[in-house]
Amino acid sequence: MSIDIAWMAWTWQTGIFFVLLAATLTVMTILAVRYPETERIGILRIPTTRGDRLFISLLTAAFIHLIFLGFLGAEPMFSLPLGEDGLAVSRLWLATLLSLLNATAIFKWV
Amino acid sequence: MDKPINNRAWFLVLPVFIIVAFNAILPLMTVVNYSVQDTFGNNEFFWNGIGWFTELLDPSTDLGGRFFDSLGRNFMFSGIILAIQVPLGILVSLAMPKKGWGVAACLVIMALPLLVPWNVVGTIWQIFARGDIGLLGYIVNAMGLNYNYTQDVLSAWITIIVMDVWHWTSLIALLCYAGLKSIPDAYYQAARIDGASRWAVFRTIELPKLRRVLLIGVLLRFMDSFMIYTEPFVVTGGGPGNSTTGLSIDLVKLALGQFDLGRAAAMSIVYNLIILTTCWIFYTVMVNVDAERKS
Repeated sequence: MSIDIAWMAWTWQTGIFFVLLAATLTVMTILAVRYPETERIGILRIPTTRGDRLFISLLTAAFIHLIFLGFLGAEPMFSLPLGEDGLAVSRLWLATLLSLLNATAIFKWV
Repeated sequence: MDKPINNRAWFLVLPVFIIVAFNAILPLMTVVNYSVQDTFGNNEFFWNGIGWFTELLDPSTDLGGRFFDSLGRNFMFSGIILAIQVPLGILVSLAMPKKGWGVAACLVIMALPLLVPWNVVGTIWQIFARGDIGLLGYIVNAMGLNYNYTQDVLSAWITIIVMDVWHWTSLIALLCYAGLKSIPDAYYQAARIDGASRWAVFRTIELPKLRRVLLIGVLLRFMDSFMIYTEPFVVTGGGPGNSTTGLSIDLVKLALGQFDLGRAAAMSIVYNLIILTTCWIFYTVMVNVDAERKS
């Protein structure tokens, strides 16, 4: 029996995205089993567990990317000397960097 | 009492997880895949990167203009119906009888609109508001007012708002009624001894006690009205022009009408994120209000 998944239209880029997402969730689950989550109240004045903070981080990361894309666009910043024409690096990676910083801040203080 | 904690119980959730995987997670992953590609059908896809998202977030493009217009209309619709339904629902619940035969009669009458399916509500109002054969439309026109929901934007908006108020105010009213019933009589007696006015009783006893049910009511009404599809689709078809087209109607037009899977996928992801965020905020507020009351 073969299952046809052509309709799902996979690309390697979205594949990496989902693998990373699944890996994050798996690691967080293992951590939650090993070191049970405890609630704490941070600067948002709401009790959050590690999972909550991950959720907030992911959600804000999505919005950071969208807002960045909406206001600043995704023009290439510079190109890496890879391949024949060089590999253009989009400005949007700054949003990714910003999201990582934001996630660190959320895990620390929220 | 000590409850044993056994994490193996999580395996009992497995069947649900498998069902959800097939009807929600896999389709959602597919939407993400579509959102970075273009297709002309035939299951052939071409990489488009973040092209659709760039277009979607730029109001000067066709897609972006459409998206922000629909989003604005959605927020306006939800805002208006909440501003009408919540105060009206509270008023109705305060006016409902507290005992006697009137209670049952009121509850049944109030519950009736809630039991009518969306498309039937749409059909009822579509005919009711028609100028030629509809009772409402005919009378309003006979009074000399120009009312035609198929051609006039204001008429169309008034029709779908009145329709939604008719359909859903009962929900708020019934929730508030249940909340009011749970206030012990001692509070009212104390207020009477203090000589509190009717307004003071409402402000300091009834409204604080209704906070929780109102939060639930506002959450339900917001989500439902923000995702509204069937009723405007049946009554106005999103028209005149695009004036009553919300995100849901627009999305269906884009995905199924034009078969523009890439653009529709990008739009639904952003729509989904907005709804997810709103839900999370409401949920967090609700849970914390509850926690505050307990402590």
